[in-house]
Amino acid sequence: MTNVITTDNVRISYGDHEALHGINLNFQENQITALIGPSGCGKSTYLRSLNRMNDLIPNTTVTGEIRFRNNDIYSNSTDVVDLRKKIGMLFQQPNPFPLSVYENVAYGLKLSGVVNKRMLDERVEISLKQAAIWDEVKDSLNKNALSFSGGQQQRICMARVLAVQPEVILMDEPTSALDPISSAKIEETLMSIHDQFTIIIVTHNMQQAARISDKTAFLLNGDLVEFDQTEKMFINPKMDATSDYLNGKFG
Amino acid sequence: MEMQGEKNISKHLVRKQDSIQSKFIKPSKATREDQLGKLICYLSIGMIVALVVCILYFITSRGLATFIQNHVGIWQFISGSSWNPGMVDGSGNPQVGALPMIVTSFGVTLLAALLATPFAIAMAVFMTEIAPQRGTKALQAVTELLVGIPSVVYGFIGLSVIVPAVRHLFGGTGFGILSGTLVLFVMILPTVTSLSVDSLRAVPIHYRQASLALGATRWQTIRKVVLKTATPGVLTAIVFGMARAFGEALAVQMVIGNAVLMPHSLVSPASTLTSQLTTQIGNTVMGTLPNNALWSLALVLLLMSLFFNLTVRFIGNWGKRKYES
Repeated sequence: MTNVITTDNVRISYGDHEALHGINLNFQENQITALIGPSGCGKSTYLRSLNRMNDLIPNTTVTGEIRFRNNDIYSNSTDVVDLRKKIGMLFQQPNPFPLSVYENVAYGLKLSGVVNKRMLDERVEISLKQAAIWDEVKDSLNKNALSFSGGQQQRICMARVLAVQPEVILMDEPTSALDPISSAKIEETLMSIHDQFTIIIVTHNMQQAARISDKTAFLLNGDLVEFDQTEKMFINPKMDATSDYLNGKFG
Repeated sequence: MEMQGEKNISKHLVRKQDSIQSKFIKPSKATREDQLGKLICYLSIGMIVALVVCILYFITSRGLATFIQNHVGIWQFISGSSWNPGMVDGSGNPQVGALPMIVTSFGVTLLAALLATPFAIAMAVFMTEIAPQRGTKALQAVTELLVGIPSVVYGFIGLSVIVPAVRHLFGGTGFGILSGTLVLFVMILPTVTSLSVDSLRAVPIHYRQASLALGATRWQTIRKVVLKTATPGVLTAIVFGMARAFGEALAVQMVIGNAVLMPHSLVSPASTLTSQLTTQIGNTVMGTLPNNALWSLALVLLLMSLFFNLTVRFIGNWGKRKYES
């Protein structure tokens, strides 16, 4: 299997505070990798460094090497805008724009210069179907996306990411703000698209990690403790800390 | 002895109960303070409401006197273009046509808003999106300074710099709508800018993040998400700026020329509603037609400020409907 993203000795600091102390992780094509760990362990920070969303936070320094398709994404010649088209992101809080459902999903396409109405319509429909929200919104594509429920909004956001056809999708606790039924729908969506996309998901929900991921990485206090096949790690963790966390002894 | 002892005890109990009861029946100190606070509040509000009603009544009654006592037609007032309230025209009607002033007032207001809007938006975008720290510090100081300058100083600068410059560039006397517009542009710029800044800041950070994460450039994010979402707020800012321009008297009066003529170009002397009021109110006698006619101009100003207020509310409601579910 080919590695889509490789990270080597990644250290991230906010000012003087080092949040990550050298992470080595590789993410393989068309797999779902879960990042788990207690709050503040640095998993979101790490995730946000993969599409350079940390650039938006002042005083953040990233050292080490993060390569996407073997290109150093922190090199000066990297086009961040292009990078983010290839590495999409779904956030914790559903964050549709206060525009219509259609405008939300078509947003990324229009940025890329797609103006053909038929092509836009088609991509919007496919994306909404992939995100398993088409049936619920197909009669109200012109309605404000904010008028839908939280779970529906998150799937609209999912469709918005899928419409750009990224290679990798980063997800920062995408279901933690949702009710169990909506979460289940998001998980179903993930399962149905995971043979087309490389997915990296940060989650607080260990059952969720166990259900959907191929591989799991356990982070603790800015260090990578264990990284393995999800099954192996959940049944037979190598490290005591992993075992304690998975069994709910802390976290 | 025993009996008396019991009696004493029961008396004591009754007294104790009484004191507890009275404690609950009598208002506590906190309650009294609460009521006093409410009373002071209502009294103050009542006074302000009475004051506003008095002002409205006074302006309205004086403003309507032109039409009721002096029998000037409302249409004649609004559409007539010769203003000379002390005189009568050929057919014996008083010359109280306010159209030139209404047109000039709207002219300077709209032009100033049109001119100020792009600059204000550019400054607001710079302060909130492009250089939030450095830019805000520098430009905040500039806008606050501009607000703090008294209008007579603006008028004076207009009179000694803008009027000669306009005269030099476009000919004529230099007094007129163009000079008024340029002075008002600087005067309303801080208002429009700071209100625009507020509305851009109110755009949630996660809209920007979502846009950037989809591969938008910063400029695309500003244009398609931030400014779009902030549109109602920016429009409100513009209307507030227009209200300020419409009501400004002194600075405009110093550069507009104060000739009640229909403006036939941007550099011909003209007069706004406010400038006519400031220049003429001291030259008329209360209760006469020239005085009443000025009150009618004040009434027009009042109605216009009401209109601006309603517009702001309308925009606010529209924005809520559009951008909040």
